Amino acid sequence: MIVAERKPVDEILKMIGGAKRVLILGCRGCVSVCSAGGEREVEILASMLKVGRKKEGKPIEIIEASLVRQCDKEYIDSIDQWDGQFDAILSMACGVGVNFIANLRPMVNVYPAVNTSFFGGSAEQGVWSEQCAGCGDCVLHVTGGLCPVARCAKSLMNGPCGGSQDGRCEIHRDVPCIWQSVYEKLNGLGRQEQMLELAPIRDWRSAGHGGPRTAVRDDLTV
Amino acid sequence: MSDFTPNIQVFCCHYTSQQALSVSPEGLRADGFPAGASINRVVCGGKLKVSSLLKAFEDGADGVCVVACPEDKCHNLMGSQRAAKRAGAVKKVLAELGLEAERISMHHLERGFHQEFVTVAQEMEQRVKAMGPSPIKGEK
Repeated sequence: MIVAERKPVDEILKMIGGAKRVLILGCRGCVSVCSAGGEREVEILASMLKVGRKKEGKPIEIIEASLVRQCDKEYIDSIDQWDGQFDAILSMACGVGVNFIANLRPMVNVYPAVNTSFFGGSAEQGVWSEQCAGCGDCVLHVTGGLCPVARCAKSLMNGPCGGSQDGRCEIHRDVPCIWQSVYEKLNGLGRQEQMLELAPIRDWRSAGHGGPRTAVRDDLTV
Repeated sequence: MSDFTPNIQVFCCHYTSQQALSVSPEGLRADGFPAGASINRVVCGGKLKVSSLLKAFEDGADGVCVVACPEDKCHNLMGSQRAAKRAGAVKKVLAELGLEAERISMHHLERGFHQEFVTVAQEMEQRVKAMGPSPIKGEK
């Protein structure tokens, strides 16, 4: 899922400026699962903003809502039911949702209430960790299913580096060296000789270094 | 300020509040429960929501107390630990909003009515009296 975290409330209050009526719009997709921007978080943020603005002596009217997703036009269209009832939208979706609202409703002020952090999974309750970088050229078949792009601090394709000590990354003792994990995984599977295969120099255009990426499925475009 | 009666909202689980709720309000006051304090019962501390605690401040609370079972004696195993986490989250939110984090407190008490339950509210009342009314009420 896409993992996000709520922005500090003073940053949010600053970005909405003097807006008197705000639509806080949650998303029931990824940000709901990672407890950053679902219905519950909309309720909490609404309360925070009301308290924050009361403290400033500038009360605020808030509409609380959430969409099934904010990354599809048909769901964004439902925003129109609140036309004329808000000065700004605070989207609690990932950056995709904010972009979609901005793309599809040019005259609407839309602001992000969360920082979109990474693609990850729930390591344990309340803890999420990055697992994928969305680089567009998956190499998991040669690394035992463990991603060196997202999980190696240097995104090395031929690791480990000299900073790997006792299975830990040199950036922090809490960070496992993913190349050590790759070795252990491949070794356990009897595929350790794969570690000797040199990965070629990589073309990073698929990772976004060639500009915004698009995926087209011709069979679905009608 | 001298006639300031703090609005204290006490959120407690069924088990820590059942005896307190079984006595009349007059009886509770006679035991020293503050005049401006109200009890909000939830079935378990684990059911308590961050938004409910924030709403209490939004609605005019000067202080909020959360009372749940001892950490290792929750009737529903983890409920009181979850309540503590949520009270902690609200404490951070208050600090983020520039309000006194001491306006919310967490307490783990044994079941049944006892003086500690009243003391929790009394201590919050004293703390709030020292801090003054909640800044979001517009009363100074």
